[in-house]
Amino acid sequence: MQHTISVLVENEFGVLSRVSALFSGRGFNIDSLTVAPTNDEGMSRMTIVTRGDENILEQITKQLNKLIDIIKVIDFTDGSGIEREMALIKVSAEDESRAEVLRIVDIFRAKIIDVTPRSYTIEATGSPVKIDGILDLLRPLGLKELVRTGAVAIGRGAKGWKG
Amino acid sequence: MKMNGARIMLECLKKEGVDTVFGYPGGTVINIYDELFSFKEIRHILPRHEQAGTHAADGYARATGKVGVAIATSGPGATNTVTGIATAYMDSIPMVIVTGQVPTALIGNDAFQEVDIIGITRPCTKHSFLIKDVKDVAMIMKKAFYIARSGRPGPVLVDLPKDVQIAQTEFIYPESVDIRGYKPNLEGHFRQVEKAVGMLLDSQRPVMYVGGGVVLGDAADQLTTLARRLTVPVTTTLMGLGSFPGNDENSLGMLGMHGAYCANMAMTHSDLIVAVGARFDDRVTGKIATFAPNAKIIHIDVDPTSIKKNVRVDLPIVGDVQDVLSKMNKQLDKQKEKVEKFLSTLGPWHADIAGWKTKHPLSYKQSSTIIKPQYVIQKLRELSDDDAIVSTDVGQHQMWTAQFFQFNKPRTLLSSGGLGTMGYGLPAAMGAQAAYPGRQVITICGDGGVQMNIQEMATLVQNRLPVKIVILNNNFLGMVRQWQELFFDKRYSQTCMELPIDFIKLAEAYGAKGFHASKPDEVEKVIRQGFAEDGPVIMEFKVAREEKVLPMVPAGASLNEMVLNA
Repeated sequence: MQHTISVLVENEFGVLSRVSALFSGRGFNIDSLTVAPTNDEGMSRMTIVTRGDENILEQITKQLNKLIDIIKVIDFTDGSGIEREMALIKVSAEDESRAEVLRIVDIFRAKIIDVTPRSYTIEATGSPVKIDGILDLLRPLGLKELVRTGAVAIGRGAKGWKG
Repeated sequence: MKMNGARIMLECLKKEGVDTVFGYPGGTVINIYDELFSFKEIRHILPRHEQAGTHAADGYARATGKVGVAIATSGPGATNTVTGIATAYMDSIPMVIVTGQVPTALIGNDAFQEVDIIGITRPCTKHSFLIKDVKDVAMIMKKAFYIARSGRPGPVLVDLPKDVQIAQTEFIYPESVDIRGYKPNLEGHFRQVEKAVGMLLDSQRPVMYVGGGVVLGDAADQLTTLARRLTVPVTTTLMGLGSFPGNDENSLGMLGMHGAYCANMAMTHSDLIVAVGARFDDRVTGKIATFAPNAKIIHIDVDPTSIKKNVRVDLPIVGDVQDVLSKMNKQLDKQKEKVEKFLSTLGPWHADIAGWKTKHPLSYKQSSTIIKPQYVIQKLRELSDDDAIVSTDVGQHQMWTAQFFQFNKPRTLLSSGGLGTMGYGLPAAMGAQAAYPGRQVITICGDGGVQMNIQEMATLVQNRLPVKIVILNNNFLGMVRQWQELFFDKRYSQTCMELPIDFIKLAEAYGAKGFHASKPDEVEKVIRQGFAEDGPVIMEFKVAREEKVLPMVPAGASLNEMVLNA
């Protein structure tokens, strides 16, 4: 089962390598990983999408918590979080397909951010499922290049992670 | 007062109560050594190899319970410490390793003797620091010691570039340390403790399964009190030997691959296993699917990741083992009647265990012509001091020591249990002897492992460390040979050492004494001679070449499928 985990970490030298080494050393999977600073200067936030059964997830969470530079681990799998992802998509668009691409972009509330006579570059944002959806429709028209950020997640409700 | 970074590092060691360090000089630590030249509060011991220096710091830590400290230069000095660090990491030994590093401006440039030691040791350290600013030296050293010794202990590496050692700043040692991502949970949850005591008193066939955590957590007294008042049988792992007196009637000895028959049978037939500071290693459980099929499991450990990693657990208690066991003892004080009732129902279980003990006790066939290695170990126990410290290497002699040298006190056995490092014994004994100059320190080795760090003979002689080196010489890499005999049709591929070494002359070359026995009736005399010497000695015993460690649970088999005679 897929899990989305938020990991708050000290903004220190080598933290990313500690986390990625933990996953590779213990044979855990990473589907995606994003990391960037937060509103607290000394802290960064990683969002890791991973897979495994209940026991593996328990080990992943515990092992992450064991790392000295990790401040907090939040598992959003119970539906307590909202996930978003952005994709930049370069797609062929010539003759009759130009209009079709535009229709798809419109339906998914995406944006054209670059255009040439033979292509569109699209910015799409949404849940990872929505990104998969637009990609399924664009793929037959000729995907030239794709960049995904990987999911980021935040908890629902008024409270911040500190409670 | 302003000081340079090298001096500050040494002042920090002093503040942390370090009296002995094991280190080896080199280009990027020369500033530290220059400061050390006039720094008399710390005794520096110069090993002949950085790996041995790290093992010595580890032996010092295991024997004393304090943080062991090793120093090495950048590049090859640092990489030589890696086996020592990994050994300490696998057995949760508190250590701080200070490595020199090339100047910060050169890091990443493939400078002379540059290596990314933080990267190399990441999977085998509890944590590591690269110090880039002299102002951070004091705080990072404080954090390093705190992390190394608290919670589940472990080695911490501090990489100290040369320019940071030279730069100057005011030395202020922080009084306290607070790391927001690191708050070990030391107090066992009261309700969980209550439940554990309830489960224990309701059980009919309980076993306590005790690991190195009880030694590291200084909880041997609490454990012994608990087990004795409830007359619960206790089995220990290799790392747990000494945490419960081996001569106690409730002691089952060691369990697992080369454990006692009664210990493995007790685990298999138990209805409640209380695991204390142990981690259900594969050498202990055998085949997981058939491990302790009828038992509920209570698991007490300071490290939450140990719990439910390998086996299912019915009641986890995260906390310091000393705290949890003390709380359990207090709970028992309040339940005198239930305790009485519990004690009155244990008869059949004790009878079962007594039966297993008599049916297949640990044994070997004595010989009048050839020395049996087990006999040497028994004689060593008989003739050594009660509080003697014993270190081992890894292999057959290690298992015979675990089986036949009865350990009655914690911190008297130093052995590489997790990593299984050959070459560990001699330098670890050196570290223990440096900590306790007046105690008897014995290292029991095979002829293979002892040659992996034999150069430390020089360190022993130079520093007047009277370690007694016992070599059980079978001219084989015995444990691998045993596997080849049992599972590979006696194809002894590369396990015969062939060239016989004259260990007596070797001892003499280093300025030590050597004694030798090749017949059973010489064993006692050689041990007495060796123990009577003031300095380090080698006692070499030519033992039965193809003796096997038994019983044995073959890898992947169940605990009750022991090979008793082969």
